[in-house]
Amino acid sequence: METKAFQKIYTKITQITKATCSLQATGIGYEEMATVNGRLAQVVKLNGDNVTLQVFSGTEGIPTNAEVVFLGRPPVLKVGDELAGRFFNAYGDPIDGGPAVEGEEREIGGPSVNPVRRKQPSELIATGIAGIDLNNTLVTGQKIPFFADPDQPYNQVMAQVALRAKADKIILGGMGLTNDDYLYYKNVFDNAGALDRIISFVNTTENPPVERLLVPDMALTAAEYFAFDKKETVLVLLTDMTLYADALSIVSNRMDQIPSKDSMPGSLYSDLAKIYEKAVQFPEGGSITIIAVTTLSSGDITHAIPDNTGYITEGQLFLRRDSDIGKVIVDPFRSLSRLKQLVIGKQTRKDHPQVMNAAVRLYADAANAKTKLENGFDLTDYDERTMRFAKEYSNELLAIDVNVDTTFMLDKAWELFGRHFTRAEVSIRQEFVDLYWPK
Amino acid sequence: MEENKKTTGIVSGIIANLVIVEISGPVSQNEICYINLRGTRLMAEVIKVLGTKAYVQVFESTRGLRVGESVEFMGHMLEVTLGPGILSRNFDGLQNDLDKMEGTFLRRGEYTAPINTDQAWDFIPLAKPGDIVVAGSWLGEVKENWISHKIMVPFKFEGKYTVKQVQPAGTYKASSPVAVLTGPDERDYEVSMVQKWPVKIPIRAYTDKPRPFRLMETGVRIIDTMNPIVEGGTGFIPGPFGSGKTVLQHALSKQAEADLIIVAACGERANEVVEIFTEFPELDDPRTGRKLMERTTIIANTSNMPVAAREASVYTAMTLGEYYRTMGLKVLLLADSTSRWAQALREMSNRMEELPGPDAFPMDLPAIISSFYARAGYVYLNNGSTGSITFIGTVSPAGGNLKEPVTESTKKAARCFFALSQQRADSKRYPAVDPIDSYSKYLEYPELQEYLSENISEDWLGSVLEAKNILLRGKEAYEQINILGDDGVPIDYHLRYWKSEVIDFVILQQDAFDKTDASTPIKRQKYMLGKVLGVCNTGFSFEGFEEVNPYFKRIINVFKQMNYSLFDSEDFKKYEAELEEIINERKAA
Repeated sequence: METKAFQKIYTKITQITKATCSLQATGIGYEEMATVNGRLAQVVKLNGDNVTLQVFSGTEGIPTNAEVVFLGRPPVLKVGDELAGRFFNAYGDPIDGGPAVEGEEREIGGPSVNPVRRKQPSELIATGIAGIDLNNTLVTGQKIPFFADPDQPYNQVMAQVALRAKADKIILGGMGLTNDDYLYYKNVFDNAGALDRIISFVNTTENPPVERLLVPDMALTAAEYFAFDKKETVLVLLTDMTLYADALSIVSNRMDQIPSKDSMPGSLYSDLAKIYEKAVQFPEGGSITIIAVTTLSSGDITHAIPDNTGYITEGQLFLRRDSDIGKVIVDPFRSLSRLKQLVIGKQTRKDHPQVMNAAVRLYADAANAKTKLENGFDLTDYDERTMRFAKEYSNELLAIDVNVDTTFMLDKAWELFGRHFTRAEVSIRQEFVDLYWPK
Repeated sequence: MEENKKTTGIVSGIIANLVIVEISGPVSQNEICYINLRGTRLMAEVIKVLGTKAYVQVFESTRGLRVGESVEFMGHMLEVTLGPGILSRNFDGLQNDLDKMEGTFLRRGEYTAPINTDQAWDFIPLAKPGDIVVAGSWLGEVKENWISHKIMVPFKFEGKYTVKQVQPAGTYKASSPVAVLTGPDERDYEVSMVQKWPVKIPIRAYTDKPRPFRLMETGVRIIDTMNPIVEGGTGFIPGPFGSGKTVLQHALSKQAEADLIIVAACGERANEVVEIFTEFPELDDPRTGRKLMERTTIIANTSNMPVAAREASVYTAMTLGEYYRTMGLKVLLLADSTSRWAQALREMSNRMEELPGPDAFPMDLPAIISSFYARAGYVYLNNGSTGSITFIGTVSPAGGNLKEPVTESTKKAARCFFALSQQRADSKRYPAVDPIDSYSKYLEYPELQEYLSENISEDWLGSVLEAKNILLRGKEAYEQINILGDDGVPIDYHLRYWKSEVIDFVILQQDAFDKTDASTPIKRQKYMLGKVLGVCNTGFSFEGFEEVNPYFKRIINVFKQMNYSLFDSEDFKKYEAELEEIINERKAA
């Protein structure tokens, strides 16, 4: 961090905690950036002349006579087309050995879009995965997380979705990524020849956790530049938001705030909403779509982090290993895309909504039949047919390694209906049955 | 208005949006002030005073604010502007007109006029000189969209006034005087079409608030038939995420039989508000033939907008509702979600280092919620006409657990409980209102019972209770079947279960995205309930339990085709005849 002439240097710290330090200073703005012995810090509390700074990398080794310099500005990112293809740390400094990016300085975490200046999301994002395209269709301007246990292949699925979606820019915000996963993303993007469309802001597990708090804002400031200024379609990947929330709780804890549910700060909902609500479709064409990962602790979605996330995002996607077919599928029961109603049956074939619902309902019947079987009861003929259907549905449509277009998915679903059920059992609007029931 | 010298102050501390101000004179609790941030004025509200320190919550981001900056106190609480021109607008929580704001991004410190006071309206006088009037009395009216917008004696006027003069019919600017009233102090007061009112104080310009008794049709069968809400009633919809709260609220806002809909989008997703902006101007209101947007007003404080204004947004919405109620209109107020409002209270209570109540919410949360719900209601106005505010709030319980403070406090305040169940949502049984747990206290009101028997039919209440009973027995039978196995119970259990499934699939479940099924008028609801109960009361004969499931699936399928067809259409009758045939196949002799 360069020091300019005439900047006042403070050298008398009055209080140090694990994450913060305080000193006497005047004329300081709230949320202003500072350096403490060269480490970046931000103003989190002002009380008279007493200024409390949150030191992002922690206060280990900070002496009471450390040099504190206030930078006179909130955290910023230099934006420009040169961002494309580059890798940065949480502060927006290059970590790929390349030169610093020159461009306009923008405050991160800036104001939100006036709701009346948004456009209703309306463009379908095709991924080729039936668990998504058929049952939980994604739309530009949407925000949706994968709810996954740490052992599930969410990073792989997310990379796959990112590459198949036709986005102008893909921005990766990595929070607490292991170095291996970071390199995985880098490789996958590189191999796909997509590196020039990718911008990454990465905080790995080797970096201090509190730094993560800057990553989503950095990624989304870059995203707003490309989506709003350049009218591009931008896809933002945030992984892992649970580690972001953990960092929030560390900070609030050190600021002596009263914790609410699951030791999370009371403002968790607002903190997360500020990030996710940056997803937007602009009327002029650009859009920001956010796909995030929220890792769960053994599938518990009632924990404060996934729970608050679910209330903010427009649906959620669950991955599950289907033991019948030995493959990972997108769980049709618990997954949901709230915006799918805007495109299904409109940008896809008219029978899409009804076929989707009927298939999931029959799949649910199969699950009941399975429970019956496990409890040692006899199965009816219908039960057995639903179970055969479920296995084929899972294998030929839901598995994430299937890559087909939506019309094919619909035809396949009708084929499975015809193979296993009567028309009454499927119970779909007559006009569609007349058109598509296999002859 | 008295010309008091305004109190000023200096910023002395900042923690997020809580700012501590060193004051130089008197301030009152909830007084509005503006903080001067180098040319930008940030609006704030006093929430605590300690000696010469006023704690204010700022309705905007405090980034860049410094200690030592000046503060100006305004001498009044947070107020809304009331007058013609409110309908169909999109306001933020502080009643700024969002459409008038410049640029794509919301700029801090930008405040826009809620209504255009220069707009001219065609005024028709209703009062005449010599009339004795009180706050809320109608002096005249103007046409706002299709409603008669009454110009009233300002709510701040206390005591009896005499009309001295009313302008003759003609076109006047909203801000120009339309009447002169002589007050109890013998002084004359000019009244224009515009007045102001503090949002946290209920408007009580009515004579009586009786128990509500008129059914409010919503077109949603599980509400109208099973758990009816009334004009002036209160209800709430708790449910975990993904259980269809928003879809249900949107259905209510589209279909409910109200004159006006006010939607408070309180800390929820911006795209949901955009859906209303986008779709409502296109959709027709079947009752008036006009566009739905003409009767809809939106108060949007989406989740990324400043937290402190979130609390204000529900009060702003309620005050607008009370204003229109005093004109004799039926208002439906929807707030999505009251949990976000409670969370805003929690954040602030936390920053003020108050001792926390359950789940770190402030201790007075139940009191705040119940006094808010109490502002709804059916009223008799000063001139004998009636008006109502029906209030339905959603609650987003943490982790879907209904034993959390916001749900529990709301349950005590609201009379209808539409519990959304995760299990029903998972099996795509929408609307996922749980038929067993949900209730409407109004069904127990003799006033409503009388209304139902006069306006629907004498045996309506009996039919509804019978349907509820069949559902309960069906659930019990299902549990038995699950424990003892399909062949471990008498066939009768299977019949019981499947009869309850017929009610579930045909009456309770409704396709909000199907143009025909989305809204069912009460006449059709009555017909279908009769049909379904007819099936439930029929004796059937079966050889074995295996036959029951496919048979009832056929019945349900035909019923569903009926639901998808226009009422009394050719198709409808065709399916009805088909249904009769199926019933006769198995009818017990």
